[in-house]
Amino acid sequence: MPSRWARGRTLEKVADLQEEDLDLFSARVPSSGDEHVLKVRDLTRLVRGVLEGNFPSVVVEGEVSNFKRHMPSGHLYFTLKDEEAQVRCVMWRSDASKVRFEVSDGIKVIVKGRVSLYEPRGDFQLYAVTLMPAGQGALQLAFEQLKKKLEDEGLFAEDRKREIPVFPSRIGVVTSLEGAAVRDIISIINRRFPAVEVVIYPVKVQGEGASDEIARAIRDFNKLSNVDVLIVGRGGGSLEDLWAFNEEVVARSIFESVIPVISAVGHQVDFTIADFVADVRAATPSAAAELVVPDGQEVTAGIQSAVRNLGRLVEQKIYGLTLELDKLSHHYALQQPSALVEQKSQLVDELIRRLDTEAQHSMDVTSQKLKAIESHLNALNPSAVLRRGYAFVESSAGIVSSVRDIQAGESATIHLHDGTLESQITGKSERLAEHE
Amino acid sequence: MSKAAKQKEDLSFEGSLKRLEEIVETLETGNAPLEESIKLYEEGMTLAKSCMTRLNEAKLKLKKIQKNAGGALEETDIEN
Repeated sequence: MPSRWARGRTLEKVADLQEEDLDLFSARVPSSGDEHVLKVRDLTRLVRGVLEGNFPSVVVEGEVSNFKRHMPSGHLYFTLKDEEAQVRCVMWRSDASKVRFEVSDGIKVIVKGRVSLYEPRGDFQLYAVTLMPAGQGALQLAFEQLKKKLEDEGLFAEDRKREIPVFPSRIGVVTSLEGAAVRDIISIINRRFPAVEVVIYPVKVQGEGASDEIARAIRDFNKLSNVDVLIVGRGGGSLEDLWAFNEEVVARSIFESVIPVISAVGHQVDFTIADFVADVRAATPSAAAELVVPDGQEVTAGIQSAVRNLGRLVEQKIYGLTLELDKLSHHYALQQPSALVEQKSQLVDELIRRLDTEAQHSMDVTSQKLKAIESHLNALNPSAVLRRGYAFVESSAGIVSSVRDIQAGESATIHLHDGTLESQITGKSERLAEHE
Repeated sequence: MSKAAKQKEDLSFEGSLKRLEEIVETLETGNAPLEESIKLYEEGMTLAKSCMTRLNEAKLKLKKIQKNAGGALEETDIEN
């Protein structure tokens, strides 16, 4: 135990102290006769010297109480205690800034520091240099603490997650230019769906200042507002290496981002605070690249199927039209035969002209179908046929195309090219040797 | 006319694909008149062709953001 070590050392030192002490006293306070009458400040200074000389570095475990962070100085003041004793502790801001977890009353810590005396009050104090949570790692505790805090604030809420666009055209990447992550991202996007722009914002991804750089890059992308989605991440590493992605400043910048964010930190097993805040967590940078763009081959297949469908549907439409024209020419063309047929014919001409301009192979096929319709239309043009001396007969049941369609005694209308004749059937005979 | 305008303003890959899908769906209903159908067909083929071209001929563009001398953010091309 570190504290025991400190105690052992103290005892040993105190034994040494006796003679030195006497020398010290006689040297420092010579003028007051045989009795050493000290001023208070002399005493405190002497004791301080004794303490500092003997406890330059101790490691003590205890529970934090009366914790206070003094503002604006940033120094920490607290009491370290166990069941039987307590000691005042101070931690200067320069040291306190390196403490990564939130210190609060009740938590067990291991303090490393030096012992001294605060002369104005005569209190002996422990000047903490490092502070570690007892039991678990500082980073682990910091992670848990920040996770809980941000979760309580709603930064991880599912209902605020933004949608990742299916077809981004510009992809922002916040990562280091060195390292495998950026190379993996580029090569996978290039393979899957190269019809995009990848905009890399190079940042430090570990070490001092990394979290600030990452957060600034995310904010800058939002200011520029010219990418559709962001990938924020780095390749694998130790918990320490990945730490920047567990910093609050990064979490906040992701939360505030208007641009959807995909986090891509480390390996499959690594979860960072950034992962919880991001709109989508990718297990690795490579996974982020797979996620951010669609599969080009699937997209191609989709387009090809759409093209096939287009061709099929238009052919169906044309087939439908053929049937419709057929019907029209039988039933209504007679009202205004030439006008109606010409109109349809003109439409077909127009369509053919437009289709011919299209240089698609499938369009040629379509054109041929339309040409076929055109000739069909010409063949059906009743006006041309009637002009040659032919007539057709219509009964109340419709067009009479067979002697069986009408009975003797029924009335019928005979259509000629320039008008109609009303008639009554007086008799009929059927030809026997039927040819088609 | 509004369609052409819509097509013009929506030139993104995603927009093109969406429109292509829409066209196929419209034709699928069979309700569009012939002339409209042919127009849709033409539009769809043009969209499909442009998407395929974009997909097949695209080369990934790589850029880097950095601060210029004036401290402003600047995008520069980098080699793939």
